[in-house]
Amino acid sequence: MRLSMDLELQDIPGQLMQSLEPFKKYKGNIISVVHHRDRKTPRGTVPVQIVFEIDPSNIENIKRHLEENGIVVVRAGEDRFIEEISVLLIGHVLHSDLGDTINRIDSTGFAEVEDLSLRMPGIEEPSSAYLRIRATGKEEIGKSLSILRHVGAEKDLLVIEPIEAEKI
Amino acid sequence: MKEVRISLVGFGVVGHGVLEVVRRKWEALRSLGLDMKVVSVSDINGTLFDETGIDPQRLHAAKTLEGIANLDIIGKEAIQEVDSDLVVEVTPTNIVHGQPGLGHIEEALSSGKHVVTSNKGPLVVAFNHLRGVAQENGVMLKYEATVGGTMPLISLIEKNLVGNEILGIRGIFNGTCNYILTRMMEEKYTYSYALTEAQDLGIAEADPAYDVDGIDTAGKVVILANSIFGMSARYEDVSVTGIRDITPEALNLAWERGYHIKLIGEVPSLTVKPMLVPRRSPLAVGGTLNVASIETDLSGTITVTGLGAGSIETASAIVSDIVSIYTSRQVDG
Ligand SMILES: NC(=O)c1ccc[n+]([C@@H]2O[C@H](COP(=O)([O-])OP(=O)(O)OC[C@H]3O[C@@H](n4cnc5c(N)ncnc54)[C@H](OP(=O)(O)O)[C@@H]3O)[C@@H](O)[C@H]2O)c1
Repeated sequence: MRLSMDLELQDIPGQLMQSLEPFKKYKGNIISVVHHRDRKTPRGTVPVQIVFEIDPSNIENIKRHLEENGIVVVRAGEDRFIEEISVLLIGHVLHSDLGDTINRIDSTGFAEVEDLSLRMPGIEEPSSAYLRIRATGKEEIGKSLSILRHVGAEKDLLVIEPIEAEKI
Repeated sequence: MKEVRISLVGFGVVGHGVLEVVRRKWEALRSLGLDMKVVSVSDINGTLFDETGIDPQRLHAAKTLEGIANLDIIGKEAIQEVDSDLVVEVTPTNIVHGQPGLGHIEEALSSGKHVVTSNKGPLVVAFNHLRGVAQENGVMLKYEATVGGTMPLISLIEKNLVGNEILGIRGIFNGTCNYILTRMMEEKYTYSYALTEAQDLGIAEADPAYDVDGIDTAGKVVILANSIFGMSARYEDVSVTGIRDITPEALNLAWERGYHIKLIGEVPSLTVKPMLVPRRSPLAVGGTLNVASIETDLSGTITVTGLGAGSIETASAIVSDIVSIYTSRQVDG
């Protein structure tokens, strides 16, 4: 089963390797490790997100092992969404069934709309929506974007993607 | 001292700028070993010809050649008749058929004259053909000013980044759109209000479609695709969305989340569309600036920015191209 874990490491050499040890020990298959050195917490620790496949019965052992080594486990569980992207929609966002637009992403199972803000200047005027989408990987982000482009074309919405979205 | 006899075809905003830059930089050009003489200037009214070199002062105050021209030939005929080494082609852009510039450039190249142009039309319509004609005739075709105005993009890639594989180029290639979006964001102007302001300032044309619908940017994307990426792209191959539907609310919402909205052209993906640009990105330039990021295999990503248009600015890119023709070793003049 695919799981993910958010950890906080001390900013000292060797911590990352140490944090991966119990995954090896309990036969976890590590899929990705994202080390957010640039997003230090106020406590001076470095957030790390690990996605892995494992027999769920071992997760408690891993947590215990980590905590015994002074590593903070912030969250562990099924949240598989490790990539995120911002998208802006302009047009009749609300009147073209915003619920449906969001559902097209959420119903994929590999992505969901996590954050949404709306600006509605006037009844007849085009509104704007900011969405943050999270997905299980880069490829799934790409798929979510193409779903949105499709929805945009169908509902006459302008879909504005960020430049990081595509590799140039 | 190398004498360079230049025929200037087109005497509008850029044509005037070329005469002015050659006048102002005459000494500097001589110190590079170039004696630049503009021997003819043509517009729709006719051609002014002087084999000893036209004194730019003489044309300084003239808007057109009406009443000044001494030959009643224009265009291809003038290019044929006048004995010159190089043609500066600065007539209006038409990206559907490329004329009149396409005919002018073909004529010049096939009669063995180098060509320097700021006119996108002929290059969008027939880049590979024109490059072939230049090669067959052993002359050069230079077009830095067609893409980013004064921003050195093509020469940067061809000279300084030589040896790198260019993986992609993305940027803001239209100063009018950038100005409108910048004002909408900073002042919360509506699109139409910002457009009117740009028109009042002479930044946007009375008919703004060419800029705001992304046509101009798409033309530049085609030129980059064909010249840098060796593609055979046509205008129709570019997927284009302009900026008319952008609202101040959308710009504001993007800003709060850390983004600008900019009209971005991309090669080799051949797209032109408004995109979210992170506020800290080097592409987040405002006002009428243009900017381009070049992604390379060896040098990482390199970003250049500069003014995309303007009489003197565009002319400076043209004069740099002329100088590079005579200072590069591939051509002996
Ligand atoms: N302005 C800029 O900042 C800028 C920047 C980058 C690139 N460009 C490009 O550079 C080119 C020139 O721009 P511009 O702003 O100088 O345009 P412009 O002010 O409209 O000038 C065009 C000139 O070409 C002349 N012309 C038209 N048809 C001709 C023909 N068949 N034979 C000879 N001359 C002819 C026009 O004469 P009449 O006026 O008598 O018709 C005029 O003198 C355009 O292709 C433009 O897209 C301009």
